[in-house]
Amino acid sequence: MLGFIASVIDGVLVGLVYGLAAMGITLIWGVMDVINLTHGTMIVAGMFALYLLTSAFGISPYVTLLPALAGGFVVGVALYWIAVHRMVGRPPLMSLLSTFSVNLVLIGVATGVWGTVLFNVEVSVPGLTLGRYTFPGVHIVAAVLAAVIAAGLYFFLRRTRLGKAVRAVANNREAAELVGVPTTQVLSVAFGFGVSLACVSGVLIGTLFPFTILTGDSYLLKSFIVTVLGGFGNPVGALIGGLALGVLEGAVTPFVPVSWTLVIEFVLFVLVLIAFPGGVFMRRSRAL
Amino acid sequence: MKAHHLFAAAAVLAAAPIFVTAPARAADADTIVIGMTESQTGALNVDSVAQQRGIDMWRDEVNAAGGIKVGDKHYKVKFVVYDDQSVGGRVQQLYTRLINQDHAQFLFGPYSSGLTATAAVISEQYGRLMVITGGAEEKTLELGNKYLFQAITPAGSYLAGAVQVLASKNPHAKVAMVYSDDPFSKAVMAAAKDLAKKAGLDVVIDESYSPSTTDFGPIVNKIISSNADAFLGGGHYADGATLARQMYDQKANLKWVSLLVAPGDAKFASLGPAAFGVTTGSQWELAEKFTPQFGPTGAQFAKAFFDKYKIEADYHSASGYVGGLLLQHAIEQAGSIDTDKVAAKLNAMDVTTFYGKFKVATDPKHHGLQVAHKMVLAQWQRQNGKLVREVVWPDEAKSANLVYPINSTQ
Amino acid sequence: MPDIVRRPFFSIIALVIAIFALAPLWGNDVDLRESLVLAAVYITLASNLNLMLGYTGYVNFGSVVFFGLGGYICVWLVSAHDWPLGWSLLAAGLGVSALAFVFGAGILRLRGHFFALATIGIVEAVQAFASNFDPWGGASGIYLSTEVFAPLGGPRRALWVIYFAMIAVMGLSLYLSYAIKTSKFGLGLLAIGQNEDAAAILGVPTPRYKALVYSASAFLPAIAGGLYFFKSAFIQPTDAFDLTLSTEAIVIAMLGGQGTVTGVAFGAYLYEQLRGYLLTSDTFSHFQLVIAGALLLIIVLFFPSGLMGWLYARFPRLQRVLE
Repeated sequence: MLGFIASVIDGVLVGLVYGLAAMGITLIWGVMDVINLTHGTMIVAGMFALYLLTSAFGISPYVTLLPALAGGFVVGVALYWIAVHRMVGRPPLMSLLSTFSVNLVLIGVATGVWGTVLFNVEVSVPGLTLGRYTFPGVHIVAAVLAAVIAAGLYFFLRRTRLGKAVRAVANNREAAELVGVPTTQVLSVAFGFGVSLACVSGVLIGTLFPFTILTGDSYLLKSFIVTVLGGFGNPVGALIGGLALGVLEGAVTPFVPVSWTLVIEFVLFVLVLIAFPGGVFMRRSRAL
Repeated sequence: MKAHHLFAAAAVLAAAPIFVTAPARAADADTIVIGMTESQTGALNVDSVAQQRGIDMWRDEVNAAGGIKVGDKHYKVKFVVYDDQSVGGRVQQLYTRLINQDHAQFLFGPYSSGLTATAAVISEQYGRLMVITGGAEEKTLELGNKYLFQAITPAGSYLAGAVQVLASKNPHAKVAMVYSDDPFSKAVMAAAKDLAKKAGLDVVIDESYSPSTTDFGPIVNKIISSNADAFLGGGHYADGATLARQMYDQKANLKWVSLLVAPGDAKFASLGPAAFGVTTGSQWELAEKFTPQFGPTGAQFAKAFFDKYKIEADYHSASGYVGGLLLQHAIEQAGSIDTDKVAAKLNAMDVTTFYGKFKVATDPKHHGLQVAHKMVLAQWQRQNGKLVREVVWPDEAKSANLVYPINSTQ
Repeated sequence: MPDIVRRPFFSIIALVIAIFALAPLWGNDVDLRESLVLAAVYITLASNLNLMLGYTGYVNFGSVVFFGLGGYICVWLVSAHDWPLGWSLLAAGLGVSALAFVFGAGILRLRGHFFALATIGIVEAVQAFASNFDPWGGASGIYLSTEVFAPLGGPRRALWVIYFAMIAVMGLSLYLSYAIKTSKFGLGLLAIGQNEDAAAILGVPTPRYKALVYSASAFLPAIAGGLYFFKSAFIQPTDAFDLTLSTEAIVIAMLGGQGTVTGVAFGAYLYEQLRGYLLTSDTFSHFQLVIAGALLLIIVLFFPSGLMGWLYARFPRLQRVLE
């Protein structure tokens, strides 16, 4: 029983990070109806930022969150102008393929430069031990930071002018344009934020687990699952979806052979998609 | 009608390239071409590159000494190596190309049981001899082959030593078996489970995880919940290293940990305290002292390797090297590079090299399966504050005593 | 049907098939055969993908699942139940089509992004399932012993037989694409691709048509999968359900021109040549993905109608002959 609770708690901790990871994709989706298929690679970029900055400059891992945020934003805006700008409003196939192709290029270049060697960042934070079970300190810190960043995003969207502009564009682009919102700039900023969220979550995940260039794929898939569970376009929904996924993993693992967890996740994913074509928590469209 | 003609012309033009075959590369008069793939990229890259270093060193030494002696002539060795990216589909295409376009006369297998299985199909389809140094799974050799020769101990025996020693130390050990869902690991663990049960040990968990898993937290919790005091499992380097680290971070407090493959790599020491006490089955360790009938001694091999690459040789490199050494011996004995003659010699060989013994089964059902080579059990221990890998079993080969239990001294 | 036979394009397809079949025979060029068999696989996958992508506009990211499942069913029947290859292939094709019809009914209710995501989810779910399914060997997969090639005349002859079978499958795929496109069914599909709601209002039975074409697009890839994995004598979940293959099929369809029959065939052939070159070139083998990605990006940004779209714009009369 204790084992089950420990597993679920661990699931909650990891789930918050999953939620943060998915927020980037759900923000972009909600604002411009584009699925950013470079998302997984951007998460890995965050992981690499963590690794490179800590090994080159010896700074504390959590300090790398700031350059990841800033760098991710810049890269995101650039990606918007390269691959996405012309695709907004076109059939979904086009934006899927354009972000997908950029992703192929990024992975190809990265693999050429770094290979697929495993990278590991050692972060020592004292853990919390309850009975026989230990919750690694890094999990706790990552979960707390994820929640803080999510709150920051929420505050941004609700309270700042730019955030409101983003929501306006998400809601109805033409109307926003008519009242003077520079929609194209807003879209590029939103995309930038989406990518920077991915990078930041990558930094946090990098403190938890080792990674290779190819690790991004599995987080992309998890982000999809979270987005579908929590509702696309909704950052709070992403967090809830992440928690749901984390708890699911934690709850299922003690009872089921570990290798079946993935099957269950993906089957659930497809079933939820079929049953709730807009995501479980979606009531209004573009609910930011 | 014009468009019709236009298209027909275009079709012919497009088809033209297929009529221009690449100039057939005639094998140079006095070279032997050996083909192989290496996982230069992809998940298997760490261990495959290690294996390749050994193979390359053999080729360089042979060529420096003038080549392989075949009858009165000396043949230089030429390698053709492609990157299989750790992907099975590419392996088949590349081996087909090695045989048909590069005219490889002999083949070395790729790294890992999964890829070796796919390569073996091609080598058998075209009737080429393949020396296997990176694939331990038995199934590949049980499908009816004529030209496969395995130089390393098969998967079934990987953890035989570990189980035997564990049972002697703790006859009532509760064993958790958690391993990667790949052909090699599954074969090793299935055999280990049988041995464990026969030895009277209690297997409390027997589960596999997807090879791409990075979060072992839930699994480690399961291990803790099961009250296991011994662990057997893992897969290849990436997951093995992560598992070791997470078991340590989450204070799984196991008295015995045996991981596949990962502890055999020098990099494993970078895990620090998480590496202490971890045991592994090893195909070869420097501490083993065999008297070779030909080729270098273990010490000579290790020194030459270190001089060349500035890093320590591990068993993957040794396996690669001995593959070349054995092939060379067979060719020299046969006095020919004809596949059947060389195969006959390999079938008859019963020899000892720095790597240990070599003898293969010759019955059609198991042709090529290695029957003489034995694994040793190695353990990471502390000496003067540094982590080193020692051989702890069998007694004839050991360089240090086993540390058990491993959690009391952490 | 007779009407189709008289059209020039019908003979063009026949010509292509003939070239594929005869070229490697001339000089017993095994290396060429291996390269062409792969091209044939790509053409098959891309043409059948095109039925969904080009005609109805639905992006099937997971088309590889048909290929992999077909491979598994065929190999399993051959190894565990000793079925002859021919029947195993047929069973694989029909079985996967039936499954596709059932799955299709569920996921074809989704539009746009959601459909694409669902197809990815299906591939991952099936791969994870196959890794756990013991009758199919789990993660280790199924191995075929060399004896399975005996009924075909031994391994070397078998490779030729398989090759011709694959060419036949490729040819059928091209004909299927063509036949559908010039039929009333095809017209309905294209209408769905233009504006699904309008098509429905105008009387096109959209759910049935979508399910039918999804199922149809599964049949030949499943057989191709059966042939391919039989030839490899080995099938494993990671190889059988590799999303890269679906991706490449999409790249090819876009490269050649989605919705065109010729374009897809051309695109597959070109892509396979490029890939073959990149496979072994020392400098570029790492950059295969980079080049594929860059190519796709350029096509999507500047030539969304692909090669054939560009050709048709330049030479409008081509459209009368080609499809």
